[in-house]
Amino acid sequence: MKASNSGWREVLLDRIPPAMAAEIDIFENEVTLKKQGKLDDKVFAETRLRRGAYGQRYDNGQRHDGIETRKLEYPAGELTKGPMTLWDAPGMQRIKVPFGGLNATQLEVMADLAEEYSDGIAHVTTRQDFQLHFIHIEDTPSLMRRLAAVGITTREACGNSVRNVTACPLAGVCRTQTFDVTPYARALAYFLLGHPDCQDFGRKFKVAFSGCRDEACGLVAMHDLGAIAAVREVDGKTERGFELYVGGGLGPVPYQAKLFDAFVPEGELLPISQAIARVYARLGEKKNRNRARIKFLVNQLGIDEFKRLVLEERAILPHDDRWTGYLADVAAYQEAALKPPALLQIDGTEDPEFARWRATNVYAQRQAGYATVTVTLPLGDITAGQLRKLADIARTYVKETVRTTVEQNFVLRWVSEADLPALFAELKSVGLHQPGAGTIVDITACPGTDTCKLGIASSRGLAGTLRSRLAERSLAMDRAVRDLRIKISGCFNSCGQHHIADLGFYGVSRNKGNYQVPHFQVILGGQWTQNAGSYGLAIGAIPSKRIPEAVDRLTSRYLADRIGDESFQAFIQRIGKAECKKLLDDLTEVPAHDEAPELYVDWADAREFTRGDMGVGECAGEVVSPVEFALAACEREVFEAQLALEKQELDQAVRRAYESMLHGAAALLRHRRLMVGDVPDTIVNEFRTHFHDTQLFFDPFARGQFAEHFFRAHERVGKNGYTADAEFAHRLVEEAQLFIEACHSCYGRLLAASAA
Amino acid sequence: MSDEGGPTINVEHLNVKLFASQAQIDLSDAIPVFHRWIQERARPEMLVDVADYRHVPDGPGVLLIAHEANYSLDQAEGRLGLLYNRKAVLGGETDSKLAQAVRAALEAGQMLEAEAPFAGKLRFDAGDLEVIVNDRLIAPNTPETWDSLRPELERFFAALFGAGAFRLERRGEPRERFRVGVRTSAPVSVADALARLPGG
Repeated sequence: MKASNSGWREVLLDRIPPAMAAEIDIFENEVTLKKQGKLDDKVFAETRLRRGAYGQRYDNGQRHDGIETRKLEYPAGELTKGPMTLWDAPGMQRIKVPFGGLNATQLEVMADLAEEYSDGIAHVTTRQDFQLHFIHIEDTPSLMRRLAAVGITTREACGNSVRNVTACPLAGVCRTQTFDVTPYARALAYFLLGHPDCQDFGRKFKVAFSGCRDEACGLVAMHDLGAIAAVREVDGKTERGFELYVGGGLGPVPYQAKLFDAFVPEGELLPISQAIARVYARLGEKKNRNRARIKFLVNQLGIDEFKRLVLEERAILPHDDRWTGYLADVAAYQEAALKPPALLQIDGTEDPEFARWRATNVYAQRQAGYATVTVTLPLGDITAGQLRKLADIARTYVKETVRTTVEQNFVLRWVSEADLPALFAELKSVGLHQPGAGTIVDITACPGTDTCKLGIASSRGLAGTLRSRLAERSLAMDRAVRDLRIKISGCFNSCGQHHIADLGFYGVSRNKGNYQVPHFQVILGGQWTQNAGSYGLAIGAIPSKRIPEAVDRLTSRYLADRIGDESFQAFIQRIGKAECKKLLDDLTEVPAHDEAPELYVDWADAREFTRGDMGVGECAGEVVSPVEFALAACEREVFEAQLALEKQELDQAVRRAYESMLHGAAALLRHRRLMVGDVPDTIVNEFRTHFHDTQLFFDPFARGQFAEHFFRAHERVGKNGYTADAEFAHRLVEEAQLFIEACHSCYGRLLAASAA
Repeated sequence: MSDEGGPTINVEHLNVKLFASQAQIDLSDAIPVFHRWIQERARPEMLVDVADYRHVPDGPGVLLIAHEANYSLDQAEGRLGLLYNRKAVLGGETDSKLAQAVRAALEAGQMLEAEAPFAGKLRFDAGDLEVIVNDRLIAPNTPETWDSLRPELERFFAALFGAGAFRLERRGEPRERFRVGVRTSAPVSVADALARLPGG
């Protein structure tokens, strides 16, 4: 834990929007409460997940060191930050970057955080987020403040929430786009962030935007909600809208998203999305998380019935100005270039290294004289020093228009083509000049066994090996092979998006004698283009160490037997699963341990392979009801009242204690589907009617005593103002604590009654 | 207060990088070495895992992750070295924190030199190292931090290498962490430095 943690709050106070600052203060108090044992494990786990603070491998305190499973004896002992998750165990911090857009200052902060809190590396994910690994939970509030000070939130980066809203990184500069989806992606991302209608999901909810139908960039078909830019003519005027899809997703069983509507007008994008969220929150599975993604609900209801329910919900939504408030600025939205357009001039012979890089990493924009440059990151990793250099480059060449991509790279947009040689030289000075963007060497991989609790085999180890082997040969490769895509996941959960690759792999294990052998299941012929148009076929599991040989065989066969310009996907479909399997059959045979011990050790590891130290996933936490969340917030408010009391800030103590009671009562009312708003008189009256007069809130022994505390507090504090004397403040804080305890008890009785 | 009467900085999270003078090695050999260190509990910290960043140019290389600190065969700025990155707060005086970090780096460097895959191929020069304060709030890379910490650094390294036998140099730009290069006029073996280290 950092010695400077207590200092950042004060230093950054003026640079963080008050609402964001308050959120982080709340989270910091929750961290404190959890450390004191005053918050439930399950509630705190979901709380931190919704702030992007995720678990990491071995955080259950056990690790197999290759000989035996050892207990990791952390200083905080058995203190936990979630079920089976030790307090001191390193964790991962996910950082949301809507549509991947970042400026130079944000890159610099990311660099600082990677150095000071992590292991010097920032990792770009397959959903345009950043991840920092090996983070201590007590450092996360400072880390969040430093991000908030430059306009970045980690809120809802994990957990059962709306995750990062992704978009095509070429939006606005793409030659095939219908229009620039950036302002819409931004508007929807911030509209749904923290929205009350998105707080009761059974699982995560992912949204993506694409500027056109045929390219890959948005991957709309594999998202819970996907929007493809569309236009139509109405009375001679061009109207913007979206082809809207719902219910896609990868995971163990991938689903293609269903067409919800061929044209949702731009003004309806936000309200329809809100209505979809409400239907999902109301009808989506909550108990069985394996069936809780919206894809299961859409599948179960059928798209027509789902749509009917959404439109019914849309019709009764209370109007929200934000639905269309942003549209006034959309037409004028255009990222600016720093420099005037200019064509690339090559005098004499082009430097072969530059030419190779230009062939794969430079995209001619729709705006003549400008190019978008892809900065390839091996396995999505970038050092702090490279991030700072990238910030300098962004300031020098492109007016800071930097985006992350779902292929775990960066793009620099609006580069004046004449600047390409100089830009290349600057990238080269820090090793960011590697060619091969979007080719077979540009491999996507999830964290796998390196850091993920669910990882079975080493996706990054395999990706690193394939990358270096293929890079050596890429110059001589036939273009048909060079342009294939490889994507690797450490397990069946598909974070590496293996279903949509030409050659996809996901980690599994097989037993041989008394040993376990790391394997990868081979998935062939997925479609990356057309927004992840179709998914590949599994053909069998092969030992991890033999995957490079499998890649060689498959690509050689493709090269030898393809007909004309036949795509790899078409080739795989033509020759069939059985033929592919036959091609690799001998590779599946695993010799005994003493004959081939290397097969029993995974890539980039030295330990005998075991699945023994896999953990329990936190991809999203257990489902925590809104009432549990609200009551946890009340606990925190009482705690803050106690802190204020300690500091003799009596007015503050009284106000916080009273508010905690008010919020506790409102939470119970909402649980009974009684929409009470936030007017104190209404809450008190409704609570009296529905919980006091009915005796629902009555404690078996104290009867209505705790409700009376609340009513008195309202009379004295809520209605009539109050004189903040120390005795009254102290008593009120005590009573608030009792009232919140009673709310917990009442909620427990209500749950028991509904289960019975 | 420092000897000069100015305010002193309560440094924590010291990093020490011990540069290699000879390094004809394959970094992948560090992976089994660090895994074995975990098995044998070869360092005093609670060792957790090994992280592999060989694919990142001029990156952190291969890391041995521990709760209190990380060890790595680091390649930042294209220079291989053994980096000790103290994460846990130590408390106490700067001298003792410097001694702890320098000792940890030297001991780990000596152990690596003796590992079979690196024997005769990897050599560290204890007279070529870098001290980094890994906390910008405590120690920004400014002239003020330099003025404040320089006397303590000079005193510490004078005890280690002898007065006048080394040169200190503040390195990096303001965005980077506060870091100071320490260079002796002639190479110093790791064993010699360990023997001279206060408390050694």
